[in-house]
Amino acid sequence: MHGKLTAFDYLMSQIEKPDNVPALLLLTLAAFYIWHSWRRSKINDSRSTPVEAEMADKVQVWPYLVRVEFLTSIVVLIILTVWAITINAPLEEPANPALTPNPSKAPWYFLGLQELLVYFDPWIAGVMLPTLIIMGLIAIPYIDINPKGNGYYTIKERPFAQATFAFGFLVLWVVLIVMGTFFRGPGWNIFTPWEAWDPHRVVPLNNVDLPALVGVPTLNVDNTYNPLSIMIGAALILIFYSIGYFVWKKKQGTPFFKALGPIRYGVTAFLTLSMTGVVIKILLRLLLNVKYVLATPFFNI
Amino acid sequence: MALQRPDIEKIRKNVAQNEIWKSVFRHGYQDNQRNRALMVLDNVFLHLHPVRVARHGANIGYTWGMGGITFLLFIILTVTGVILMFYYRPVAEYAFDDMKYLMNDVAYGPFIRNMHRWAAHGMVITVMLHMFRVFLTGSYKPPRQFNWAIGVVLLLLTFLLSFTGYLLPWDQLAIWAVTVGTNMARATPLLGHEGPFGPQLGLKSNNDIRFVLLGGTTVGAATLLRFYVLHCIFLPIVAAVFMAVHFWRIRKDGGISGPKVESKEMKKARDVVKTMQIKRTDLLGGDDINGNGDPGTDPDSPNGTDPTNGTPHSPETRP
Ligand code: HEM
Repeated sequence: MHGKLTAFDYLMSQIEKPDNVPALLLLTLAAFYIWHSWRRSKINDSRSTPVEAEMADKVQVWPYLVRVEFLTSIVVLIILTVWAITINAPLEEPANPALTPNPSKAPWYFLGLQELLVYFDPWIAGVMLPTLIIMGLIAIPYIDINPKGNGYYTIKERPFAQATFAFGFLVLWVVLIVMGTFFRGPGWNIFTPWEAWDPHRVVPLNNVDLPALVGVPTLNVDNTYNPLSIMIGAALILIFYSIGYFVWKKKQGTPFFKALGPIRYGVTAFLTLSMTGVVIKILLRLLLNVKYVLATPFFNI
Repeated sequence: MALQRPDIEKIRKNVAQNEIWKSVFRHGYQDNQRNRALMVLDNVFLHLHPVRVARHGANIGYTWGMGGITFLLFIILTVTGVILMFYYRPVAEYAFDDMKYLMNDVAYGPFIRNMHRWAAHGMVITVMLHMFRVFLTGSYKPPRQFNWAIGVVLLLLTFLLSFTGYLLPWDQLAIWAVTVGTNMARATPLLGHEGPFGPQLGLKSNNDIRFVLLGGTTVGAATLLRFYVLHCIFLPIVAAVFMAVHFWRIRKDGGISGPKVESKEMKKARDVVKTMQIKRTDLLGGDDINGNGDPGTDPDSPNGTDPTNGTPHSPETRP
């Protein structure tokens, strides 16, 4: 087509896709705010009272709050106006159900979930995980009984909560979105953003199920499921989740776990382990080409 | 003829002292505490706010202003969305051509559409960052647990609003993004025809959850109408209701979160009460008639009661 396109041209063509701009904006803002809150936490953690406590005296909303809102609104409107003048919303060819584009991508904010489809079957990536995320978010205030860090930036006083949420949001949400938006091309194969999309690239799939790695094949020679493989897979998953139980057994006497109680602890352990499980499965796939841990005629994990 | 200098004071009086003006603006604008308070109280929009806030609550470094920006974007979306509705018909035969017409032949059509689209994407970004901020400052902790839950519903509604809107241009980008997104539904356990136990329950592509969602087995004309109605009527109304509750709860939970500290005046007041208690107990021969531990009483919270303590409005806990 064109003379010769450089890596830079390809990179720009990815960034300039109108609907890719918001993903980049999210990445930038998330990076900025993680730095900002990190800094505010460090300041607070090095003092006896948080900065916010010294700003707890009351000021009148008019003008001290209203002027902030007013200025913020103007800035937001200016940014939005410039954005709307410089970048047109995309309008492609008319809808054609007979012509599937390759790749077909969901809106950018769901690309983290679409990215998970590489590692999980749709019933997990598309249904169970979103449900768990929503339920888990709602559960947070009820399982986090640490009274500290309410109303000010701190890491020292609630390291587990801050680390877990930051990891979930930044890595499992933002980074996966960036991955799905900028690093996936035709056939959902990995392409760097500065590389041409080759629709004919074929990546050989030689993934195997985890039990097969230790010599237990998933299918018998007559193509029925091998019960031993199912048992090994189920056992691995059971053992993984029972970590929660063993931690409870060991720690239930401590004051913190007593205050937490079995229900709160159970929910926390289940959510945390599930989140860790997602990471483990991703690593298993990337490092060992593992397809499923547990494969059954009804569902696969 | 000497030009007479206009009597500014008199004009001002004439303007501000007549019945029409006074019916609109109920108080003067002299800069004093009372008028500042009235500016907020007498204005239906501003009275979402309390009259006074903690200084850090107005500090953009604390809240990032993200909740407010999310709300602003929602308002922009409502206005631009209504204008777009003048030009758009949610019918498979017309939808795409209406978009073309809007982009090519309507004065400021592209601008309105771009504003709507980028504000929508912006709202998805800001609502996520808002949630992130609320987590980092631990603002979901008591008494704000329930408002966090309402927030999660708002997060979901924001995604759904954005996703249903994504289909409406009816171009390749739209239908395939929505196809990919809704394909997940067929994998729903027990409810989708490709989900665990779906086939065993007799589900097929024309009777499972995805069929209900799309109004067909593929993204088609019925889906367009469904998503349009959800996008323009149902979801905005539900979101507006949840936002109303969200804002109401911020006030009822004691305003923007902050560390528990006693303001100087409160500390003084408490010290006074303490000395009085000592004097009275001394007088009465040491009986603690104050009962000393009225647990529901926290002078820092809006009703003089501790909102963490269950029922802030129950008369028994009022001092
Ligand atoms: C359409 C979406 C939303 C709108 C318009 C909105 C709006 C607001 C506004 C204006 C505030 C005041 C403080 C601030 O600006 O930070 C606020 C506070 C709050 N929001 Fe939201 N919000 C939304 C979604 C959410 C979500 C997704 C969550 C959490 C999951 C959430 C939880 C909270 C909580 C707990 C507070 C109180 C924070 C404090 O007192 O420091 N909201 N919201």
